[in-house]
Amino acid sequence: MNNSAKRTLKYLSFAVFGMFFFSFALVPLYDVFCEVTGLNGKISQSEEGTSYESNTGRDLTIQFVSHNAEQMPWVFKPSEKIMKVKTGKYSNATFFVKNNTDKPMTARAVPSVAPSNANEYLKKLECFCFEEQFLAPGEEALLPVRFIFDSNMPESINNVALSYTIFDITNYNDMEMAHHDGR
Amino acid sequence: MSSVIESHHDDHHHGPAKGLMRWLLTTNHKDIGTLYLWFSFAMFLIGGAMAMVIRAELFQPGMQIVEPEFYNQMLTLHGLIMVFGAVMPAFVGLANWLVPMMVGAPDMALPRLNNLSFWLLPFAFGILLSSLFMEGGAPNFGWTFYAPLSTTYAPPSVTFFIFSVHIMGASSIMGSINVIVTIMNMRAPGMDLMKMPLFVWSWLITAYLLIAVMPVLAGAVTMMLMDIHFGTSFFNAAGGGDPVLFQHIFWFFGHPEVYIMILPAFGIVSHIIETFSRKQLFGYSSMVWAMLSIAILSFVVWAHHMFTVGMPLAAELFFMWATMLIAVPTGVKVFNWVATMFKGSITYETPMLFAISFVVLFTIGGFSGLMLSIVPADFQYHDTYFVVAHFHYVLVPGSIFSIMAAVYYWIPKWTGNMYDERMGRLHFWLSFVGVNVTFFPQHWIGLAGMPRRYPDYALQFADWNMVSTAGAFLFGASQILFLFIVLKTVMGGKKATPQVWEGARGLEWSVESPAPYHTFSTPPKVN
Repeated sequence: MNNSAKRTLKYLSFAVFGMFFFSFALVPLYDVFCEVTGLNGKISQSEEGTSYESNTGRDLTIQFVSHNAEQMPWVFKPSEKIMKVKTGKYSNATFFVKNNTDKPMTARAVPSVAPSNANEYLKKLECFCFEEQFLAPGEEALLPVRFIFDSNMPESINNVALSYTIFDITNYNDMEMAHHDGR
Repeated sequence: MSSVIESHHDDHHHGPAKGLMRWLLTTNHKDIGTLYLWFSFAMFLIGGAMAMVIRAELFQPGMQIVEPEFYNQMLTLHGLIMVFGAVMPAFVGLANWLVPMMVGAPDMALPRLNNLSFWLLPFAFGILLSSLFMEGGAPNFGWTFYAPLSTTYAPPSVTFFIFSVHIMGASSIMGSINVIVTIMNMRAPGMDLMKMPLFVWSWLITAYLLIAVMPVLAGAVTMMLMDIHFGTSFFNAAGGGDPVLFQHIFWFFGHPEVYIMILPAFGIVSHIIETFSRKQLFGYSSMVWAMLSIAILSFVVWAHHMFTVGMPLAAELFFMWATMLIAVPTGVKVFNWVATMFKGSITYETPMLFAISFVVLFTIGGFSGLMLSIVPADFQYHDTYFVVAHFHYVLVPGSIFSIMAAVYYWIPKWTGNMYDERMGRLHFWLSFVGVNVTFFPQHWIGLAGMPRRYPDYALQFADWNMVSTAGAFLFGASQILFLFIVLKTVMGGKKATPQVWEGARGLEWSVESPAPYHTFSTPPKVN
C-alpha cells in the first residue's frame, strides 16, 4: 500500500472515531439546545425570580396535570386542578402525594409545559421537581411549586398547562445517575 | 520495466484456490463480491419469508395465523434484515465486483480488511436470527427500536440485537473505508474524478455517508446498552434522560441511511439507461452534483421522521423546507434519465425493463415522500400505511429493482454466460405486477387511516389488505424464479462476448467474459 493510501486510511479511521464520539456529544448538545431555546418543555431553575415581578399583570388560567409513569403506585394529584393567576405575581400550588405501598420509595417528578412557547416566560422559584422525593410506607405529603410568569408573555397565551410525571426511582438510587442536573 | 515482469509473475501463480478454503480465505475482490451477493440473496429470501408471515396474518382482519408477539418479532426482523442484510450487502457486493474493474485497479486497496468485513456479516446475522429461539423471543420493537420500547420494555434478547448491530456496523464501516481508499488512490492513470463511471461516484458518496453515520448508530445502541445494563439514563426520563433524544440520534443516522440505500441505485440505473438507449448519458456532471447535494441535505432533514413528537413551529418549518429541497436534485436526476432515453434507439432487455420501472416507481415513492414532508399533512399520515407504501415504493421497486437490474446487466460479465432473456422478462413482469398490487393499495388504506405495525385492523380495510397480500405472494414467488434464473446462468448458457451489450461502455466491458480472476494487473490507459 502506498503512502497516499495510508493517509486516506488514517483520516477515514479518524473520521469514524470522531463520529462515534460525536454521537455521545449529541446528548449534552441536545440538553443545551433545549435549554437555550426553551424547547421540549424543559425548565431551568431560576435564582433571581424577583426581577420578573411587576404590576402590569394580566389574567392567566393554569391547569395542573399529573401522570404516574407505568408501574408507579403512588397517589399523585394536584390539590387544585385549575388556578387563576396573574402574570408578574408569584403563585403557589401544591400536589398531594401518598406512598400507598408497604415499602419506602423514592420518586422523581419530570415537568413539562404546554404550549411550549410559554416555557421561556415561566420561572419556578421552588418546585418539588427539582429534587427526589422520599416517602416511608403509607406516608403522605403536600409538595409545593412556587412560580411566576413574566408579564412580557405574548397575549396569545391565556391558558398554560403545567404537567408532572412521577417516576419510581427507588432502584436507581444505588446506581450512578447519568446526568443528574436537577431539572 | 520491473512492473511488467512482476505482473507476468502474478498471472501464472494466483488462480483461485480449491474448495471451501477459497471462500474463507479469499482476498480477491471478485470472490468477495460474489460472497456478498449470495449472502444478501439469502437474507432477501429470509426477510421475504418474514414479510409473507406478516402479509398472511393481514390477509383477513382478526388474528388468524400467528400470535401478536410473534407478529411484532417478524415485523422487526423483516425490517432489520432487509435494510442491513439484503440491500446494503448487495450494494457492497456490487461495489466489490465493479469498482476495481471500473477504475482500472487490480483489486480493492485493503484486500484482507475486505475479507474480514464480509465474514463478520454471517456472524452478525446469525446472532440476530438466533434471538428468535431465545427466551422472551426476538426483538419486537420495530426496526427503528425507539427507546423505551427497546430499553425498559425490551425482551432480554435485545443485548444480542445490540451486539449484532455493532458487528454489522463495523463491517459496513470497514467496507466503506476500503471503497474510498480504492477510489481515491487506485484509479488508472488518466481517470480523473469527473471521468469516473457514475456507479463509482455513487459509491464514493455512499461510503462517506456510511463513515459519517454508522458510528452514530453504534453510539445509539451503545447508549441503549448502558441504559439497560449499567444504570445510565440516556433515554430514561426518571433519571433525567429523554426518550425523544433517542429519536433524534436514531434519525440522525437513519435519514442518511435511507440515502445509502438509494445512491448506488442511481449509479446503476444511469449505466443501464445509457447502455440500452445507445446514447451518452445526459448531464453527467449534474448527476454528480445532484448526488452530492442529496448526500449533504440528508444530514439536515432527520426530524421530518418525528414531526409529531412536539417540536416548535420554527423547527417543523425548517425540516419541512429542507426536505422539500431534496426534490430538486432528485428531479434533476429523473429528468436526466428521461432525457437520456429521449430519441435513443432503445431496446427492452431485462435490465432496461427494471431500470425504466425503477425511474417510474421510484418517482412515485418520491412524490409520496413530498406529501409526507408537508407538516400538517404528516400529522394525518404519520404512522399509517401511507408511510409503509411510501418507503416500500422507494426501497422495493427502487433499491431492490436496481439490484436486480444490476444482476441481469453484469451477470454475463461475472459468469461468462447470458441469462435466459425470456425468463428474465417473465421475472420482471411478475415482480412489477406483484410489487404494485402489494404496495399501491397501501396508499389508500393509509389515507383512510389504517395504522402501521398492528397485526389486526378495522373491517373497512379488509378488501385492500386482501389484494395487498395476494400481490405480496406473487412478488415473493417470482423471486424463486429469479433464484432459478441466476443458478441456471451460473451453470451455463449462451456464451457472452466481452462487450456483452451493444451500447455498453466502460473499462469492465474491455476484459473478457467471464472476467479473469485478476484484471488490470497493469493499469489500462484511459482517454
